[in-house]
Amino acid sequence: MSEFFTASVLVATIASAIRLATPYLFAALGEAIGQRSGVLNLGVDGVMLLSAFGSYYTVLKTDNLWFGVAVGMGIGVVMGVIYAVVTVSFHAQQGISGIGIFLFGLGFSDLLFQEQVGTPKPISKLPKIEIPLLSDIPHIGEMLFRHTLMTYIAFLLVPVVTYMLMRTTFGLNIRAVGENPEAADSLGVSVARTRYATIIIGNLFAGIAGTSLVLGLGIFQNNLTNGQGFIAVALVYFGAWRPVGIMGGALLYGLVSATVLQWKVLDIIPTSASDLAAMAPALLTIIVLVVVANRVHAPAALTRDFDR
Amino acid sequence: MTATSRSDNFEAEALEEGNTQMRINKRWLRLTAVLFAFGLVAAACGDSDDAAPAETTAAPAESTEAPAAAPLKVAIVAPSASDDLAFTQSMVDAVNALNRDVEVAITDGTFIVEEAAVAIRGYAEDGYDIVIAHGTQYGGSLQEIAPDFPEVTFVWGTSADTFGLPNVFAYAPAADEGGYVLGTVAAQMTESGVIGVVGPIEAGDAVAYINGFKAGAEATGDVEVNITYTGSFGDVALAAEAAEAHVSNDADVMTGSAQMVVGAVGVASDNGVFWFGTQANQTSLDDDLVVASQVYHWEVVLELMLEQIDAGVLGGTAYEINLANGGLVLEFNDAVELPAGVADSIDATVQGIIDGTINTGA
Repeated sequence: MSEFFTASVLVATIASAIRLATPYLFAALGEAIGQRSGVLNLGVDGVMLLSAFGSYYTVLKTDNLWFGVAVGMGIGVVMGVIYAVVTVSFHAQQGISGIGIFLFGLGFSDLLFQEQVGTPKPISKLPKIEIPLLSDIPHIGEMLFRHTLMTYIAFLLVPVVTYMLMRTTFGLNIRAVGENPEAADSLGVSVARTRYATIIIGNLFAGIAGTSLVLGLGIFQNNLTNGQGFIAVALVYFGAWRPVGIMGGALLYGLVSATVLQWKVLDIIPTSASDLAAMAPALLTIIVLVVVANRVHAPAALTRDFDR
Repeated sequence: MTATSRSDNFEAEALEEGNTQMRINKRWLRLTAVLFAFGLVAAACGDSDDAAPAETTAAPAESTEAPAAAPLKVAIVAPSASDDLAFTQSMVDAVNALNRDVEVAITDGTFIVEEAAVAIRGYAEDGYDIVIAHGTQYGGSLQEIAPDFPEVTFVWGTSADTFGLPNVFAYAPAADEGGYVLGTVAAQMTESGVIGVVGPIEAGDAVAYINGFKAGAEATGDVEVNITYTGSFGDVALAAEAAEAHVSNDADVMTGSAQMVVGAVGVASDNGVFWFGTQANQTSLDDDLVVASQVYHWEVVLELMLEQIDAGVLGGTAYEINLANGGLVLEFNDAVELPAGVADSIDATVQGIIDGTINTGA
């Protein structure tokens, strides 16, 4: 165990946790915005997959990373519009519609990959950006200030989303629509317009999550996300619908995953217990969810349709 | 499939195109079902015109060689993508390499055993001659399904168990053999003396390969072999982070098994770490750093099974691919220069395993 508590291993573990947390953070922040307005989206993973493939294919063909990012974001917006039309305008049940989006994303991204690419081909990755001066701080610099632009943006979004939700009129409208859409409507707030906006923003974030994942790995494969979108939905509950809580959950999930990997490498966890240890992040999430469920309440109108 | 004449070539191409179309159609079917449920049929069906060419390609294949025997209908059900550069691709490549006319249908990505069971039964009902259940986890389902279709041959692996059923063949790789050889090479290439291994779930041929690799490396030099099983066959991101963990612990040579290793190879590329692959040739993932791959040539044992089927025996035998029968082939990347003397040691190690003087520890 002592070899784990060396500076180099701890630095590597925390840096790994931050990398692992990045896609979760994007996706969960977007999901939180949607849920605060009363919209549950279980299609996050599908949107992540579609955007991941879109970004991958674009970079594969153009070798332009930022064009790839733009395509991934664009796919997120398009999927957001589709989901909003289905759930807000057509009043489809949110849970089922979300699962439909997920299955569509899973199947369609696989189909496109098989037909357009086939065998996995590596692409350029997002470069790591070393923040001047800060990245030179011993240990801290390597842990916190040598990541891709996507990672910095994900963590910067935490205060931005918090401010938007808590300090702006738009955020007030979102919360009002999520708690009591009838009251919000009676005060002149357009429930449909607000939910359209939050769904599109949420899916945009899911798209960026997929893009950050694929451009961090530099390769695409069938079901690349491996259920990360569903973990992101759980992290919204974990974080009690607050961006800071969500960030804490994403980091904790990433940290447990990274620690388990390091312990396996260092043979602290015997190989025989390897599969058991792999469940640790999910188990932790479930335990915290049980605790959180008794302490906080979800937006009152979550999953509730509204029709004037 | 070897081409012996122009018409054979044409037939092979038509078949291959037909196979591709079959896969496309299955995917479109699944996709369309989802879209129906989702209420977006109109948007999605616009470009699903692939069905039309499927019919047109099938027609000439039938008309050119009327007297020719019907192609052997082979179905593959596999857990990961058919071109995953790993487990599933190794079987798809093997079936396509068979020395006879084969009509192939593939259902891939069936990590969920129940889905695979539906596909296995479906192919048997559709009259396929051979149904390959390419995954150890499908054994339980196969045990239930195979007795219902005594005229169909089921091929199952990786396993040595045919369940005592007369229409089930089993196959397994002696993955430890190639793993051992690659381990000896890795031990001669590492400068830090630390080798990292990224494994999936501790089961099947992954364990055999990794144990063989470790035994080979440790028998060759004073090296530390760190093994990480991520607990997932499909989590590419976790495999990448496992590789990062190895690099942070000074690994300068790595290997891994299963389809999620594409993430780990990316990390190897970023850090100038040599990589050894298994199951399929992974050189295309990095031309400069993938040293060698142990490639599964299942066609070696599939041909033996076909001979049995031709003789009227539909199953009951377990086969193994290994270095001796040519089912395991070590493919080296010419772009990576091996240290002096390593090439000779490879031949000696392979021969030692074949003649039994070297024990891989399996």
